[in-house]
Amino acid sequence: MSIPAIDIEGVRKTFRVRERQSGAPWWKTATKEKVALHELDLTVERGGVTGILGPNGSGKSTLIRILGTLLTPDAGTARVFGWDVVADALQVRRHVNRVSVEAAFFKELSPWENMVYAARLYGSSRGTRKRVVEILESLGLPRDTIDQPMKQLSRGQQQKVAIARSFLTAPSLLLMDEPTTGLDPRSKKEVQAVLETLRGEREVTVLLCTHDMDEAAALCDRVLMMDGGRVLADGSPAELRRRYDATSLEAVFMHLTGKMLEEDEEETAGVAT
Amino acid sequence: MIGVRNHELGALFGFAERQLYVYKRYWVWEVVWLFYSIVSVLSIGFLASGLGTLGAGSATFDLRRAQLYLLIGALLWGYLSLVFMEAAYAIAWERWEGTIEYTFMAPVRRMTHLMGICVFAIGYGLARTFIVLIAAVAIFNLDFSHANFAGTLVVLAASLVPLIGLAILTSVLPLLSPQKGEQMSFAVQGFMLLVSGVYYPLTVLPVPLQAAGIISPLTYALSGMRRSLLDGAGVGDQLPTVAILLGMGAVLIPLSVAVFSWAENRAKRLGLLKRSG
Repeated sequence: MSIPAIDIEGVRKTFRVRERQSGAPWWKTATKEKVALHELDLTVERGGVTGILGPNGSGKSTLIRILGTLLTPDAGTARVFGWDVVADALQVRRHVNRVSVEAAFFKELSPWENMVYAARLYGSSRGTRKRVVEILESLGLPRDTIDQPMKQLSRGQQQKVAIARSFLTAPSLLLMDEPTTGLDPRSKKEVQAVLETLRGEREVTVLLCTHDMDEAAALCDRVLMMDGGRVLADGSPAELRRRYDATSLEAVFMHLTGKMLEEDEEETAGVAT
Repeated sequence: MIGVRNHELGALFGFAERQLYVYKRYWVWEVVWLFYSIVSVLSIGFLASGLGTLGAGSATFDLRRAQLYLLIGALLWGYLSLVFMEAAYAIAWERWEGTIEYTFMAPVRRMTHLMGICVFAIGYGLARTFIVLIAAVAIFNLDFSHANFAGTLVVLAASLVPLIGLAILTSVLPLLSPQKGEQMSFAVQGFMLLVSGVYYPLTVLPVPLQAAGIISPLTYALSGMRRSLLDGAGVGDQLPTVAILLGMGAVLIPLSVAVFSWAENRAKRLGLLKRSG
């Protein structure tokens, strides 16, 4: 039996937030605890796209950060390909890459310079220029964008470079944290097309966080619905619709939480995004 | 093992190369900073030139030596503070750019990350200080005929070891406090300027500040390099200073790496690695 891509047992994460109550003196703050993840158990086998659906504050980005070794869980264990995210963080990082909602680039540098930097960090610099051009062109980016400062590219183009950068490092687990949020419809479709290609062609496990139900239905083999730091439902999009007698994943979410995802997004604000 | 070492060396080069790319893009800023460095050093030189008219020109007062003393302080402080601030800003810089999480997710040891930044800072600082030195020599006709450059270089090289340790310690501040850490780095830099004998001997300071000066590696770096540049102290004469500096480095570097590791783990526990904190 092969080791799963992700194996999480009883992971819990709480953040402390300092708040000043209205009318209280400026120096007087109270510390509150906000649970970002309740005890979470999850196993994701290798390959395919697993979607994590939920509003802001549902705990999906906290989960991504724990798997990316950027957060340590308060309790429980999280393993990536058998490596513990706390004890074996360096090993985990060798197998993981992340594309986040905000493309994390040096904005004054060009895609080429950013990708050379990434290649050196991940030890894959041999023949890089040729590979970078190939990857960017396969994602539909014009060749002349490679040497322009990132800040001159559109958000959609920046996100494509972020995806290209993750391909360059050949991760076994790709953590995609709302890669299409905030993009215009055309850029969104282009990035989704890239994800579909990725799903079809590459031997990589993808964990896709999104609050776009249609995107999840179209791209994911398996979907976890989260709210308030808990997993409410787990299954393929078709299974979930069938289980809850719903015509869409939005309706499934409504059935489980009694609220629309978009309404909840407007109301929710917190550290656990 | 060799593969891991090559990967870490490649990553170290990657960090230095990234800094070079960033500086190339921000070259106008660097021209401004270079102009500021030249103006600062020249101001100190002219201040020394003006001491004679302020009544400091007694029979025992050597104005040329005083000028050289102050200019050496200004030049070396310019260099050492640049290396210090570059390394100290390693984390703050990543926060500004929004790349902190990406860099911390890379499969690279933190020591490699920080040393890559330091390697660039040491090279860039040398290049910038050389230009300022040329301007100072041209304008003040400085006399280095008594200088022993081998002794100076040995002390300079040894001084970088504890300086890097101090800089890594300071770079922890933005990890502890994402909002106020950067400003605290300036406070540390200012305090080192005050107590390290950059423009005056430690003896003019109140006793508590003298005590702080005694534990500052910059004090030994500056006094050692002055002995070589003003009085011709050679490599052999500088061995005690080199030993003190390397001893301080042997304590400061492991300590700073341990403190950084603690601060990184704390940041991961509290969720402080996000772009804005």
